[in-house]
Amino acid sequence: MDDFLAARSQMALSLGFHIIFACIGMVMPFFMAVSHYKWIRTKLDVYKNLTKAWSKGVAIFFATGAVSGTVLSFELGLLWPTFMRHAGPIFGIPFSLEGTAFFIEAIALGFFLYGWDRFNRWFHWATGVVVGVSGLASGILVVSANAWMNSPAGFDFVNGEYLNIDPIEAMFNDAWFFQALHMTLAAFASTGFAVAGVHAAMILQKKNVLFHSKAFKIAAIFAAVAALLQPISGDFSAKDVARRQPAKLAAMEAHFYTQKSAPLIVGGIPDVKNKKVDFAIELPGMLSFLAHGDFESEVKGLDTVPEDQHPPVQIVHYAFQIMVGCGVVMMMISIIFFAAMVRKRWFYSSWLLKLFVLALPLGFIAVEAGWTVTEVGRQPWIIQDVMRTVDAVTPMPGIVWSFYLFTMVYISLSVAVIYLLHRQIKMVPILYDKGSDPSTLPS
Amino acid sequence: MEYVVIAFLYLAILLYVLLGGADFGAGIIELFTSQRDIRRTRKTLYHAIGPIWEANHMWLIIVIVILFVGFPIIYSDLSVYLHIPLLIMLLGIIARGTAFVFRHYDAVEDEMQELYNKVFVWSSFITPFFLGVIAGSTISGHINKEAQTFLDAYILSWLNWFSIGVGLFTVVLCGFLASVYLIGEADNENDRQRFIQKAKRTNIIAVMAGTLVFAAAIADEVPLFNWVFGEPVGLIAVGAATLSLIVMWKWIHTKIRFVPRVLVGFQVTMILLAISYAHFPNFVILKGGENLSLHEYMAPLKTMWALGWALLLGSVFILPALFYLYYSFQKKENGSY
Repeated sequence: MDDFLAARSQMALSLGFHIIFACIGMVMPFFMAVSHYKWIRTKLDVYKNLTKAWSKGVAIFFATGAVSGTVLSFELGLLWPTFMRHAGPIFGIPFSLEGTAFFIEAIALGFFLYGWDRFNRWFHWATGVVVGVSGLASGILVVSANAWMNSPAGFDFVNGEYLNIDPIEAMFNDAWFFQALHMTLAAFASTGFAVAGVHAAMILQKKNVLFHSKAFKIAAIFAAVAALLQPISGDFSAKDVARRQPAKLAAMEAHFYTQKSAPLIVGGIPDVKNKKVDFAIELPGMLSFLAHGDFESEVKGLDTVPEDQHPPVQIVHYAFQIMVGCGVVMMMISIIFFAAMVRKRWFYSSWLLKLFVLALPLGFIAVEAGWTVTEVGRQPWIIQDVMRTVDAVTPMPGIVWSFYLFTMVYISLSVAVIYLLHRQIKMVPILYDKGSDPSTLPS
Repeated sequence: MEYVVIAFLYLAILLYVLLGGADFGAGIIELFTSQRDIRRTRKTLYHAIGPIWEANHMWLIIVIVILFVGFPIIYSDLSVYLHIPLLIMLLGIIARGTAFVFRHYDAVEDEMQELYNKVFVWSSFITPFFLGVIAGSTISGHINKEAQTFLDAYILSWLNWFSIGVGLFTVVLCGFLASVYLIGEADNENDRQRFIQKAKRTNIIAVMAGTLVFAAAIADEVPLFNWVFGEPVGLIAVGAATLSLIVMWKWIHTKIRFVPRVLVGFQVTMILLAISYAHFPNFVILKGGENLSLHEYMAPLKTMWALGWALLLGSVFILPALFYLYYSFQKKENGSY
């Protein structure tokens, strides 16, 4: 492995790790706020216990997310110093605002975690909401910075120099809104499905059923709403990418030749050498429709881009298929879920719960795949059409070792977090739901 | 507006050293606590830093963001030449943050606690040590942008007596800050006396480590002596720090926590002032006498303007909330939490 590949791998690993913790850290506070609210309103102990149990999980995820986020803010420079040297002043404002949001999140979390029975209960509740809102704001701001790399704005690039820098224009670049919308919904869907899946599994095992049922319902409603809205936001994003980054869209679709009434290619194995896709299902005219809202319109293929500027087609295509596939499954489960809310008989039926257990990892798989599409689909550029990734990498040799080191660290951390979560769940009957009849179904 | 940004940069560094430092110091104190007292110490420590530790470390993020938005060339040069100590510091930050949370949120208390404790105390030692090494390296004049070999460019930039001395000094300073802070957090007289003892010891070691830094500076030809004693500001700062140290030791036995805490903070502030004032606005001193000045290497004015406003706006939210957080989780005067 050469140093450039190692640097890219280390960045991908760090982002891929952080994104999971960031999603959970920004979404779980909303689940807690609902449960907390219900406790204040209904005085039912189960909601208080649930809020407390969730908050322990959040503390673990938040701390891990905070340190992995700190690592990223340094890695930008450690791995891509040339990028930061030029990009820092242009796209940095969302980062500095994110610093504020993150700071407020940490303060509010201190109040929330340590504030039980100390403060006015509405104040305490509000600090939990602030954790969620500032977490969400952090997420949106960071995505806005990433969007700038896809859609550079706020400067003139003249003879290799970055002139007339306007950081505010850079922050509100063309891509930020659709990317932020897509990511926010993805965070809710992925966290929602993961949490609902865990609690569904516990209900199926007939353990602390009332406790887990309340938890399941809150998480599943958030998840289902987000998963239903996500395809719409995905459509916005596809049209946006088609307009701004035709090479990325072409790679997503393995669309080699510019053509009118372009078909949508589902699945298949892209053959980059011969510029064709084997074993794919083709839906005629659909790509033109999805990209431009017109079945007849022309969709630019990879042939419009010089070959040395092609992203790795196979990776992007597969990742895109995985993301869309997971999204479609989650959307269908959501439709069934809402049907079950109408037909009460279905609601805690074991087949519905089993569906949710199966869907547990889908959201996060889709998130990872989606980020692969965004980032690998932009290659070879680190700033689209302005700076190549290979020109941004640190001159220091030996990055391979740092990559190995980080791989080890992140694997151990993942193992540790899963282990801790497992122990949290195992201890629910003792710590959070003592004395309740373990097999009562909610009425 | 660039002065607002520069002021925030130094303020964030100072607050990180004080608050993050005391936080690291708590772990260092735990490392040097006998088995007999360790459980009680851990409990005090948890009450003292549990609700605030995460916020304390946010100042580092603010420092980094100011550097990479406002002074991108300084940020990227430091990232290149101090890659290795930065990397080790990051590993320390990961280990410490996760170990601290894991040990309190692990639902089952078993032998895993031992592992969390070990990781927590050692990373509390290593992280500030490398922070100090990095800080020392920025002014040691060993960063060589013309270096041809790996050794010259990426190792000797930070591996020198002066940087190591500053690293050790930083660790001791963290311990000193923490022990003075913890005096006010102890819930019985016995522990109070123990923390006073610790404060005395760390104070003595800090003076020794400080002397060591001067010796290392001479060995590495860093004009530290001139910076600190060659300028009226440096002289006054050192004098004020010494004077406040005497006052602090007079006050330490009283029950008023506020005064020693403010004074120990003041001392550290004066030390930082004495070191940085002489070469301000130079932020990094390179080999061969060239400097990276905050004035020369700043981002375009429009960026500085936006960054300055972002920081001002942010502090309107952060500072009151942070103050209320500290206020709320102060140990009550009657000794209960």
